[in-house]
Amino acid sequence: MDIPRTWRLRDQRYLLQGNQCEECGELYFPKVFICHKCRCRSLKDYQFSGRGTVYSYSTVYQAAPNFDAFVPYIVALIDLKEGPRVTAQLSDISPGEVEIGMPVEMVVRKISEDGERGVINYGYKFRPPIPLEE
Amino acid sequence: MRQVAIIGLGQTPVREHWEKGIRELAANAVLDALEDAGLHRVEALYVGNMLSGLLAGQENLGALIAETAGMAGIEAIKVEAACGSAAASFRQALLAVASGAVDSAVAVGVEKLTEMSGTATTAGLATAADSDYEASMGLSFVAINALLMQRYMYEFGYSKADFAPFAVNAHDNAKYNINAMFRYSVSMEQYTNAKVICDPINLLDSSPIADGAAAVVVVPLEHVGRYPGQAVLIEACEIGTDTISLDNRENPLQLKGVQRSAQKALKTSGKSHKDINIFEAHDAFSIMSALSLEASGFVEFGHGLKWAAKMNIGPGGDLPMSTFGGLKGRGHPVGATGLYQIVEGATQIRGTAPSEIQVPDARCAMMQNIGGSGANVTTTILGKL
Ligand SMILES: [Zn+2]
Repeated sequence: MDIPRTWRLRDQRYLLQGNQCEECGELYFPKVFICHKCRCRSLKDYQFSGRGTVYSYSTVYQAAPNFDAFVPYIVALIDLKEGPRVTAQLSDISPGEVEIGMPVEMVVRKISEDGERGVINYGYKFRPPIPLEE
Repeated sequence: MRQVAIIGLGQTPVREHWEKGIRELAANAVLDALEDAGLHRVEALYVGNMLSGLLAGQENLGALIAETAGMAGIEAIKVEAACGSAAASFRQALLAVASGAVDSAVAVGVEKLTEMSGTATTAGLATAADSDYEASMGLSFVAINALLMQRYMYEFGYSKADFAPFAVNAHDNAKYNINAMFRYSVSMEQYTNAKVICDPINLLDSSPIADGAAAVVVVPLEHVGRYPGQAVLIEACEIGTDTISLDNRENPLQLKGVQRSAQKALKTSGKSHKDINIFEAHDAFSIMSALSLEASGFVEFGHGLKWAAKMNIGPGGDLPMSTFGGLKGRGHPVGATGLYQIVEGATQIRGTAPSEIQVPDARCAMMQNIGGSGANVTTTILGKL
C-alpha cells in the first residue's frame, strides 16, 4: 500500500478514529462527510473503544500478492460496542477457535508488506480480550 | 422514451484466450452481433469492462474497440461498474436509443483476465470492494463473499452441502453450451470435498476467472422490420446501488442494491414474479444465488436454499437458473459477464438454445449483473415480441 494512503488514514488505522454527527449523535466508522441519518455536514472526530463482537469471519487460504506471505489468516466483520461494524483481520487466535458472537478487542498489528524494500503497513486487528491484571 | 429491441447477438467462447488480446475478443463479439443483426455499422458503441487499465495497461476502450471493429469515428465510451460493467454498458446503449439520440447502438462487454498472473488478478478483482477499508485490510473478493456465506449459514442453520444445488445445476447446463468454460457435471461429493479458498467458500462455490466478450445490437422497436436479425424486446433494464462495503449495511444478508434494481425493473416492465420464466442470477459465488433469489423477491428471506433443494431451478423447473451454465459453469469474464447473460436470455426467448437447455415456452427472462458484493446491480428483463 502506498505511503500517502498510509499517512492519510493514520488516525483511522492506529486509533480507530471515526466521527459523530453533531446534530443527531450518530456514530460512524469509517468517517463520513455527511450524516446518513439527518444529512448534517457538521461532524466531530470520535475515537472508538475498540471493543466489540464477531459478526462473521473467514479463513483466507488464497490472497493478493502483498498478503500472500500471511496465509492462512482470518478476516472478520466486527460489531463495535458503540454500533458501527468494521472489517478487519483477527489476531492471536487460530481458525478453529473463532465463533460468531465472541468478544474481541482492537490491537495494532502488521497488516501487510509492500515487498522486501517497501513499506510495512500497520493498522487495527482484533483479538480475544486479555483481562487486565488486578 | 421509445421501446427498444435487441436484433443481434455475438459472443466468443469463455476460455483462457492466451493468443487473443482485448481488442480481438471485443471485435469478434461486436462483428458477430452486427452480422447476426444484418448491419454494417451502428451510431454508438458502449464498452463494458472492469480491469483493462490494471491488467493490460489499456484504457480508452471506446475508441480502441470502435476502430478494431471497423467503425472508427462513431461515438464510443467505456462503462465501468466492476463485475457489473457489461449490463451497465447495455443500459447506456438502451438509453441512447430509447431517448432518440441514436437509431442504433452496440453494447459489448469484454474482459481479459489471463493477461497477468493469478495473484495480480486477485488484487485486481479486489478493486470492486472498498480499497481503503476492505481490500487493504487483506480482504479478497472471495473473502467478502465468505463472510456473507458464514453468517448466512449461522443465521439460518444451513450446512455446506445445502448450497450444492446451485453448482450442480450450473454445471449440468454448461455441458450443453459450446461457449462455456466448464462443460462437465459435478457431483454432490465433488462439491462438498472441493478445495477451500476462503472458508466456507470452496472452488466449486466460485466462478472461474476467464477471458471473453459478448455483444448485442439494439435498435428502436419501430425499426426492427428493416433488419433480418430476430428481435427480442427489452422490457426493462434498471440499476440499483448499495454501500460499497458490507460493514456499512444494516443487514449485509439483505442485498438492497439487488432489491432496488429488481423492483424497478419489474415496475418498468409491468411484470410480476409469476411472469418471469428464467432467472439468470449473478452466481459468482453460491451464496450470491441464494441472496439474489431472496432480494429479488422470488423467495422469502432465508429460504433460498430450501427452495433450491427441491431442484426447481433446472431448465424444465419452476424457475430455471443459470441455463447456459451461469457464471459458475460458463465462466466469469467479469466486465463481460452481464452481456453473456443478456445474449443467453435473448437466445432463450428466440427459442434457439440447444434443446437440452432450452426452457420450454420461454417468454420472459430476468438477468441480473452485480458489481462488487451487491454494490452496483443491473436487472434486465427481456420479452418475446
Ligand atoms: Zn445526524
